[in-house]
Amino acid sequence: TMAATKTSKEQRYDRQLRLWGDHGQEALENAHVCLINATATGTETLKNLVLPGIGAFTIVDGHTVSGEDVGNNFFLSSSSIGKNPDKLLDNDPEFFHRFTLVIGVQLPESTCLRLGSVLWSASVPFLVCKTYGLIGYMRLVVKEHTVIESHPDNALEDLRLDQPFAELKSHIQSYDLESMEKKDHSHTPWIIIVAKYLEKWLSEHNSQPPKNYKEKEAFRQLIRQGILKNDNDVPEDEENFEEAVKNVNTALNPTKIPTAVEDLINSEQCSNITSQSASFWVMLRAIKEFIQSEGNGSLPVRGTIPDMIADSQKFINLQNVYREKAMQDAAAVSKHVECILQSVGKVSCKNASFLRVVCCRSLAEEYSVDSVNKDEITSYMDSPDSEMVLYLMLRAVDRFYQQHSRYPGVYNYQVEEDISKLKLCVNSLLQEYSLNVNIKDDYIHEFCRYGAAEPHTVAAFLGGSAAQEVIKIISHQFVPFNNTFIYNAMSQTSATFQL
Amino acid sequence: MNLLLFSLFREKKRRRVVELTEKMVVDGGTGTRCEWEGRWNHVRKFLERSGPFTHPDFEASTESLQFMLDTCKILVIGAGGLGCELLKDLALSGFCNIHVVDMDTIDVSNLNRQFLFRPKDVGRPKADVAAEFINSRIPGCCVVPHCKKIQDFDETFYRQFHIIVCGLDSIVARRWMNGMLLSLLVYEDGVLDPSSIIPLIDGGTEGFKGNARVILPGMTACIDCTLELYPPQINFPMCTIASMPRLPEHCIEYVRILLWPKEKPFGDGVGLDGDDPDHIQWVYQKSLERAAEFSITGVTYRLTQGVVKRIIPAVASTNAVIAGKGQNPGIVKFAYIPLNNYMVFNDVDGLYTYTFEAERKENCSACSQVPQDLHFSPSSKLQEVLDYLTESASLQMKSPAITATVEGKNKTLYLQSVASIEQRTRPNLSKTLKELGLSDGQELAIADVTTPQTMLFRLSFTS
Repeated sequence: TMAATKTSKEQRYDRQLRLWGDHGQEALENAHVCLINATATGTETLKNLVLPGIGAFTIVDGHTVSGEDVGNNFFLSSSSIGKNPDKLLDNDPEFFHRFTLVIGVQLPESTCLRLGSVLWSASVPFLVCKTYGLIGYMRLVVKEHTVIESHPDNALEDLRLDQPFAELKSHIQSYDLESMEKKDHSHTPWIIIVAKYLEKWLSEHNSQPPKNYKEKEAFRQLIRQGILKNDNDVPEDEENFEEAVKNVNTALNPTKIPTAVEDLINSEQCSNITSQSASFWVMLRAIKEFIQSEGNGSLPVRGTIPDMIADSQKFINLQNVYREKAMQDAAAVSKHVECILQSVGKVSCKNASFLRVVCCRSLAEEYSVDSVNKDEITSYMDSPDSEMVLYLMLRAVDRFYQQHSRYPGVYNYQVEEDISKLKLCVNSLLQEYSLNVNIKDDYIHEFCRYGAAEPHTVAAFLGGSAAQEVIKIISHQFVPFNNTFIYNAMSQTSATFQL
Repeated sequence: MNLLLFSLFREKKRRRVVELTEKMVVDGGTGTRCEWEGRWNHVRKFLERSGPFTHPDFEASTESLQFMLDTCKILVIGAGGLGCELLKDLALSGFCNIHVVDMDTIDVSNLNRQFLFRPKDVGRPKADVAAEFINSRIPGCCVVPHCKKIQDFDETFYRQFHIIVCGLDSIVARRWMNGMLLSLLVYEDGVLDPSSIIPLIDGGTEGFKGNARVILPGMTACIDCTLELYPPQINFPMCTIASMPRLPEHCIEYVRILLWPKEKPFGDGVGLDGDDPDHIQWVYQKSLERAAEFSITGVTYRLTQGVVKRIIPAVASTNAVIAGKGQNPGIVKFAYIPLNNYMVFNDVDGLYTYTFEAERKENCSACSQVPQDLHFSPSSKLQEVLDYLTESASLQMKSPAITATVEGKNKTLYLQSVASIEQRTRPNLSKTLKELGLSDGQELAIADVTTPQTMLFRLSFTS
């Protein structure tokens, strides 16, 4: 039955639904990804997408299975699909248009560039993955990826104590700390306490809030003085006042629109809304108009407050003040959306502070001599053992492949003699891009040693990483990397570059 | 320190010991191995070729691969999210002698990431099914399952392994394992015998975060050295739960902790079973009622189950990453300098990794061999000592049992785990240390689930 299927799915996916919710799961189940090359890295990535329930997948792989493939690949026992990506690009490039996202594994540079160009024009996200010896490499290519739910780890609270809205002001007004009985006094939420003492401070300091450490300390003292004393003039145990003192910094955080959001609001896409604009930009535009009118320069109120010591009623009442204001603001934003577009979807503004957009440069831009990101490369190479050297070695190795139709050091007897050949490739690479950097010989030796091996452990690590980035793209939740990720299994370190 | 050298060294010493004592050690048997052309090509390149970044003591040879295929014995603890990944990674890296311990059975909610299991396996022991899958998929690999608790084994079991890899879901279990390996260490004239060291590789995941670490017992930081790194478990104060709830979680805890024992909805003595949907349904309904009383919104079935079972969200990808990282030190990194020694991973925003060297704690209660002092005045009550053992950040014991030698006789001062003894010794908690006949410098023997061995503490009276 439908109900039974739904429950069994909810049970099965329970642990991940707690991360991306039912809507994230739905996006996953409606997606169709294409995997090119079912190597160990490819199948590991696919496994990590099939397990959480990806809707459909297509594998394109022109190779036949060899003994060493079965040695490092958990899933090999059947033959491949038998198509070759290069042939597809020759005869039917639109084949790739149908996919939500394409994952290209262990592809030589030339195929990557061709495929990259097709997918860029069709606005299909492309994830390049490569395991080379002990090095893992990922490159994300997506023109414009919007994120509404970024789920930041350490978000600042949105308390508005520096500019309390009318309903918050009158709620604070309804408290008279001086006349309260001990029980109520000890169970008043710290937000109210801080607000009250802030009022006092402002009246005594020319409406200037505490700004530096000295003033904040004085402010904390002011709050402490408000703790009730018993008959012997000894301060009582009032944990809520302790919380207030502890949270002074949080409370005094000025209400501000985050820079990332400011940039988005001032961007071109936000200014020029057309019928083609994604709903992300429509919402952003509506938020911009809200800021300029009802918001009085601020974002819609988020509506959540942290837990704090208080009795149930006081806490719930305070929470409701914020919640209702948030709903009011969301309704105002919705009205703006209506004005911008005819159709209206459900609008939730609680993520307004966390909106993000990820725009990656195309592969063509990365590889072109005219637009190569020289600055990024040379500045990282100031430390000659930075992961950037591994990126350059991967490019050099691809160059080797182009020239010799094989990778260096695959067979034992080749390891020594390929070192000098690879060095030539390194030098020609650096020369072509006018990169004034030095690559230690040790790395050239090491990359010959690798012999283009694809050890399972590195494939497994990369397969996990890649799958999660794919899920981020499909679900539009959490923030993908931008745009080159290098993993060094020798030192267990990693780095992200924007190339 | 090179893990391969460790294991080879231990193996050579073990063989010598075996020869000397002429005892036959019978293994699970590896069966006939079917090799094929090129099977280990990917792995060979790292073990049979020298390179500029390998460990100074590493010598490329075919001996390493043979050791891994024939002799090296690895124990995997846990056959869940990390365990499944670890077993696969180990088997595909050339390890053929693997044991796996897990006391759990398979649940539907495991299937989104524990890929060695299928819907038809629900209800069967994880260790058994995992072993079956790997053994049939990877020819020549022999995984021996143990559907048991780690505490069901003693030193003779653990001593046979060259490396132990943990994919556990509880800190208590980790500490116990840590204590077990510390108890295997042999000191000769105060010097640690390296062949008695069994490296422990430990990993953990939660949502999009995870960590992997390498522990060389007796040499590097152990689990207890870095106890403060673990985030404290969220336990709401009782007064909040009982009379001043604010969050939906408070309402659920109210039903779990206070209402269930009172109403006994499924009969006398029937404890709340987080895996029983009927139990959860009851808790859910009662939580809704409680929440309505206080105008609290947000109680859902999913939240109820999450709070009752203390569910940690989990996905396949993070487990794959951490297993891949944790396993690297053990295998391919046999030839390199292993992870030194603690690595964290987070892919909420991009991908972030950070590696640092966790330091040994000088007076670690588990590995420092420094006698632990307890500073109390003779008029302190035993309850204060108990509180210290459980609340101290460096000890974090769960339910310590305290015994001492008083007037020549072994006396149990307090023990929680056996109801009759708990009742009998409970009055001691409100007695002072002096009243209990304890003296300055007296040794207290304290046992707890967090360690397989009794810990000795020394009572030091303050005035």
